[in-house]
Amino acid sequence: MKKLLIAASCAMAMFASGAQAQDLRIAFDVPYEPFEYKDDNGELTGFEVELASAMCEELEANCEFVIQAWDGMIPGLIARKFDLIMSSMSITEERAKRVLFSDPYYITPGGWFGPESFNTDVTDLEAMKGKTVGVQRGTTMDTYVTENMHSAVSIKRYTTAEDMVLDLEGQRIDVAFVDYPVGEQTILNRDGYKEVGEPVKLGEGVGVAMRKRDAKLAKEINAALKTLKENGTYDDIMAKYFNYDIKI
Amino acid sequence: MPDFIADWLSSNEIFTAMTLMEYWDGLVTTVHLVFLSLVIGLIVAVPLAILRTVKNPFVSGPIWLYTYLFRGTPLLIQLYIIYYGVAQIPGIQETFWWEIFKEPLYPALLAFTLNTAAYTTEIIRGAIMSTPNGEIEAAKAYGMNWFLRMRRIILPSAARRAVQAYSNEVIFMLHASAIASIVTIVDLTGAARNIYSRFYAPFDAFIFVALIYLVLTFILVFVFRKLENHLLRHQRPANS
Repeated sequence: MKKLLIAASCAMAMFASGAQAQDLRIAFDVPYEPFEYKDDNGELTGFEVELASAMCEELEANCEFVIQAWDGMIPGLIARKFDLIMSSMSITEERAKRVLFSDPYYITPGGWFGPESFNTDVTDLEAMKGKTVGVQRGTTMDTYVTENMHSAVSIKRYTTAEDMVLDLEGQRIDVAFVDYPVGEQTILNRDGYKEVGEPVKLGEGVGVAMRKRDAKLAKEINAALKTLKENGTYDDIMAKYFNYDIKI
Repeated sequence: MPDFIADWLSSNEIFTAMTLMEYWDGLVTTVHLVFLSLVIGLIVAVPLAILRTVKNPFVSGPIWLYTYLFRGTPLLIQLYIIYYGVAQIPGIQETFWWEIFKEPLYPALLAFTLNTAAYTTEIIRGAIMSTPNGEIEAAKAYGMNWFLRMRRIILPSAARRAVQAYSNEVIFMLHASAIASIVTIVDLTGAARNIYSRFYAPFDAFIFVALIYLVLTFILVFVFRKLENHLLRHQRPANS
């Protein structure tokens, strides 16, 4: 009986380690361009998808990509429908209570956007005195402006980015400080607007989410991500999708 | 200050002097906004209500349309149209109107005033229409002309009948003013939303602000009860 138990547990251990090294199901919520979306042929692609493929090669794992709607992401992970989430999930305290995060693998900066005529240095508090800055309420950009600039500028807080863009157009605010991809899509593609300052990296960034118990897997993933960041693979993939730095 | 309040203030992270100041500024903004819109709204509503009772449809028709439009659409939509819509008018930024509409306070004041004036017009019209015929006939018998009748008999009598419905409108207006925070005004609700998003503490931030609204409402109810007692004192039993 004892022998049988030992044999069984050995088999299970082998099976378990084999499964970890070989099969990984990774979940994405599409479309979220340019991070994950389907191209014209219906193939899943994007920054995170390519990074995931590179990571799987590094781990020597067989990866399967799963499409999962955002609101079922963490429940699906816990119910073992997949093993990893690589779908632009920002690392937050709330989420870290339920899932295990790898080291961050990207961070979108906050960008300064304003009209062509805006020529003030946004980092110079003296020059910014009396200007009005728009932010989305409760974002890392809001916290940054509230903590660092409240003495000089007046801050207007908006619930949605659309409302803020309307007020930028209407000249009710001088400059908007928003998540860079949002600003790129909603402000930069209009005539007469430009970036008016260097992007600022805020927050903890986006990490790979996995089940709490997979601590060993997390170590392997962190090592793989580190290699990709150092050997240039990460930079090559990033250059395909972004003209600004999201590396962390 | 009692010790337990000092203890409580020093042991919590949310209600610091800074956030209490934000609530105070929000309170000032809310009272300012609601008071101005109610006063202007009432001043506008009285002549409109009188004209609304005139038989000529070219006089009463446009006023009917105005009250219908502003009572028939949500205040939030009216505020959106005035705040964002005006900014989209080509060239408005170069006119002096923009000095007024640039600040969120004036579009909000305009929307609130038009809205409360529409409701108040209908409240006063109802009170005028329900003036007992006997009072009007008596006034006519005294030889009062239309103007004198309106000033001495109909309006004072209507005011007594309107005051209860109007007190409701005032309280509704106070609560409706919470939507001012949508257009970046930091009123009481705006302050609560900012504090909520900073500390992720919805209960603390919103229950505190709800208590402030309750106190404001209590003051309004008290003032209107005094006013009713004054206006309706002729209806009280003789020996009370």
